[in-house]
Amino acid sequence: MSTQASCRDSEAVALDALDKRIVNRLQEGFPISDCPYAKVAAELGTDEATLMARIDALLDTGVLTRFGPLYHAEQLGGGLTLAALSVLPENFERVAAQVNAFPEVAHNYARDHELNMWFVLATETPERIQQVLQAIEQATGYNVYNMPKKEEFFVGLKFKV
Amino acid sequence: MAAVFEALCETIDATDRRIILATQAGLPRVPRPYQQLAEDLGLSADDVMARLQRMQRDGIIRRIGAVPNHYKLGFKGNGMSVWDVPDAAVRELGQLIGALDDVTHCYHRPRHLPHWPYNLFAMVHGRDRAEVQMKVARIADLLGDAVRSHDVLFSTRILKKTGLRLPGGDN
Repeated sequence: MSTQASCRDSEAVALDALDKRIVNRLQEGFPISDCPYAKVAAELGTDEATLMARIDALLDTGVLTRFGPLYHAEQLGGGLTLAALSVLPENFERVAAQVNAFPEVAHNYARDHELNMWFVLATETPERIQQVLQAIEQATGYNVYNMPKKEEFFVGLKFKV
Repeated sequence: MAAVFEALCETIDATDRRIILATQAGLPRVPRPYQQLAEDLGLSADDVMARLQRMQRDGIIRRIGAVPNHYKLGFKGNGMSVWDVPDAAVRELGQLIGALDDVTHCYHRPRHLPHWPYNLFAMVHGRDRAEVQMKVARIADLLGDAVRSHDVLFSTRILKKTGLRLPGGDN
């Protein structure tokens, strides 16, 4: 999983003008109505079948990672946090494998800083966060810096192409 | 947190939960996706749409739409900018930064002194690192004297990337 993701995710994909309009438009939201694809297609100057086929292709090539309702993890009763480790280079691959082995670890990134491994933890309950962090500390032998968000500031919809 | 969870149990019921599970993988690409969803779940399309609308209004659904992979769009620069600002100013400054076009995910997070003095995080994206550095410099100018120190951490490798899973949605 992890090794495949790192290769596949890094290649830019060529998009034509319609693809770009679709990517931009779909970041702004999608109607909850009887025929939403037809409605959005009309806005973009295309037709329903073309729009659906383009979305399928954008998902297939990985340009879009998701299309649908985006749920707020904490609002659903789960726990979510960002945590970091400062790992010695010689231990990095071992620790990455140990951290990634936890199903609660949703994302994990290597970053160029003394704190060089940053991962997002999503758990079924808020209480479970502490348990998993402790388990990660035990498995890896490293101190975890837990940085749960205290407040989120409004962000608009980005990645204009 | 427990109070939040209890409040939530009152706002989503078993039917909402079934809709959430059924749409975790996405919205079907058929002309009437909500109708399709309703048929799969043995509900009416009006009920499904009303519930989705309510969950969106209540913030359980952030939005219905697409999540792009920014690497695939040519945004190769992906910097986590981190800022040490006075706690009293973090909300005002966070709102200022969060409104910028080049910023996604802007959060107030705890410091870990002495190693980690930063309390405000903002993801900044650009075509390459130089563009991200330029945008970070612009943010630094904007925040001015409020910033005691800042840094930007670039991702060098994706070690793992899976979707966030809904509690209880694994089966």
